[in-house]
Amino acid sequence: MSSETTYYTRFTPAQRLMHAVMMITFLGLAATGLPLRFNAAGWSQALARAVGGFASILFIHKFCAVVMSLDFMAHVVDIGYRTLVKKQWWLLWGPNSMVPRLKDLKDFIGQLRWLVWMGPKPKFDRYTYWEKLDYWGVFWGMAIIGISGYAMWFAPFFSRLVPGSMLNIALLIHGEEALLACGWIFVIHFFNEHLRPHNFPMDVTVFTGTQTEAEFRERHPEEYARAAATGELAQMRTAAPAAWATPASRLVGSAAVIFGIVLIVLTAEAFLRY
Amino acid sequence: MRLLTAAALSMMAATYALGAGDSQCQSCHGAEKESAFHASVHASMGCTGCHTDIKGFPHPEKVAKVDCGSCHAAAKTALASSVHANASQQPCVSCHGDSHAIVPVKDPKSAVYPSNLPRTCGTCHGDKKFAQQHNLPDVYSQYMDSIHGFALTRDGLLVAATCSSCHGAHDILSPSNAKSRTNRANVPDTCGTCHQGIEKQYMAGIHGQLLQAGMPDAPVCTSCHTAHQIGDIRQASFQMKTNATCGNCHKERYGTYRDTFHAHVSALGYEETAHCWDCHKAHDILPASDAKSTVAPANLIQTCGKCHAGANAGFVKYSPHADAHNGKAYPMLHLTAIFMNLLLGSVLGFFALHTLLWFIRARFERPEPEGRKS
Repeated sequence: MSSETTYYTRFTPAQRLMHAVMMITFLGLAATGLPLRFNAAGWSQALARAVGGFASILFIHKFCAVVMSLDFMAHVVDIGYRTLVKKQWWLLWGPNSMVPRLKDLKDFIGQLRWLVWMGPKPKFDRYTYWEKLDYWGVFWGMAIIGISGYAMWFAPFFSRLVPGSMLNIALLIHGEEALLACGWIFVIHFFNEHLRPHNFPMDVTVFTGTQTEAEFRERHPEEYARAAATGELAQMRTAAPAAWATPASRLVGSAAVIFGIVLIVLTAEAFLRY
Repeated sequence: MRLLTAAALSMMAATYALGAGDSQCQSCHGAEKESAFHASVHASMGCTGCHTDIKGFPHPEKVAKVDCGSCHAAAKTALASSVHANASQQPCVSCHGDSHAIVPVKDPKSAVYPSNLPRTCGTCHGDKKFAQQHNLPDVYSQYMDSIHGFALTRDGLLVAATCSSCHGAHDILSPSNAKSRTNRANVPDTCGTCHQGIEKQYMAGIHGQLLQAGMPDAPVCTSCHTAHQIGDIRQASFQMKTNATCGNCHKERYGTYRDTFHAHVSALGYEETAHCWDCHKAHDILPASDAKSTVAPANLIQTCGKCHAGANAGFVKYSPHADAHNGKAYPMLHLTAIFMNLLLGSVLGFFALHTLLWFIRARFERPEPEGRKS
């Protein structure tokens, strides 16, 4: 690693922790939820037996669900605090916000054109449209899967509020939406962020929280140009990650990617067969 | 009358035992056979009590076949019209054993004593070749591994059902014979000889009602429990198979059961989950239209409440047989399923293509400038 490489902060320690918790609980939920969805498959039954039967599966599933819910709520509370109390309105609108703008639509169309050699690569800002899709997909997914999941968990209570036939729908939505989430994360997100050429085999920005000058210029040129113009760039500069951080991140990240891909391959096989 | 016969027999016995006849037989036929015979139930009959054609000593080389039926007339008549009527071997000794050593049925040494009977019948009915020849199921090993077989052989329960408990002894008829104890229509009564309480429940239930109404393929005990491989209903291995058993007839209901949560967790080996009979009961099953049924609308809270503490009027609107393909019965569920399918198909389909194009496009892109990898 050359000593002149400059590093910039992309994710705060809190954001990295949230991603890590999300990653671990998502894998836990997928590993215990997919066997239920594809319960006729041999691997589902073997996995259920291996962890001590359905009771264990349900325990792990609920445990991960609660931790993920807390992660989700911590994020919502954080956003609420930073906007309402600290008046950081730029979180809700503007180039540094996760909220979609017209530019995202333009970038999306530009990217489609670039994909078929019909235009230049769009100049992305702090968050690309696929990153926003990742964010809102997970946001929406957690709400839908979470509500339907808690409805089934506390079915007698839930059915005092709405008729029990909604529980049938809750089970259907829970399973299908979870399947969508697994497909999205294990195929689309993994490829976009970690497996595509340039990022292969593992992009560790979300683990170390830093990106190099070159990565910053290449991936988020608009943000880089703006930060350079306003002088914010100097504040974003940070020390190189510790010597162990990058290999450790690669190891953990790759393990998660492999785990997810194994699950999605088994799922695809079961989906086609049953 | 019986007493008189017994008295007459014992007088005869005294005559024969002391008489010159037996010792004359012994002079040729050996003492060993004699001693087994003396311990047998027929000892008092003496040799010529059965070999009635022997009048003198020595007897002619050829002697007539002994006719057990001359005394055991009822058994003879029953046997004559039974499936064993044309048995090529001497039918009596095939089951009762050595003709000279026959002991009373109540003697544990008897070949037809309850704990010995399965092995005795198994001589033929446990023989795969024999079973094949006569187009019979190989029932011996099935029976021995059944709850009846275990009760008899492991626990030594003499009241456990053995072959004759269900099939009879001398009067065994083919199940296709309407008079057979194992004829479909008679099975509940046959099992009910011991399982009287269950038979009453069964007869009150829809399956029993259909049988009594003369429906030819109404399920009887053996339809669900099998005849010879009857399992222990308390065992998880038995319980886990029951859904498929009901599904043999109730195909559509079994299919919809498998789409819902109870079946999902059941497939993963969770025994406590609701099986068909947890909600519908096992023997006194009644259709939901019957007010007494466990699945009649008015009784659902109680039925679901057996497992789901806090079950309420809203809760029991959950359908354990919901079918997302059935738009008429479950319009909301059906529409949701269509929406979810479209959502999954379009989102994943579009972005899979997006990803694929990106993969191809990126191969032709200039490599990212030297970064962390340096």
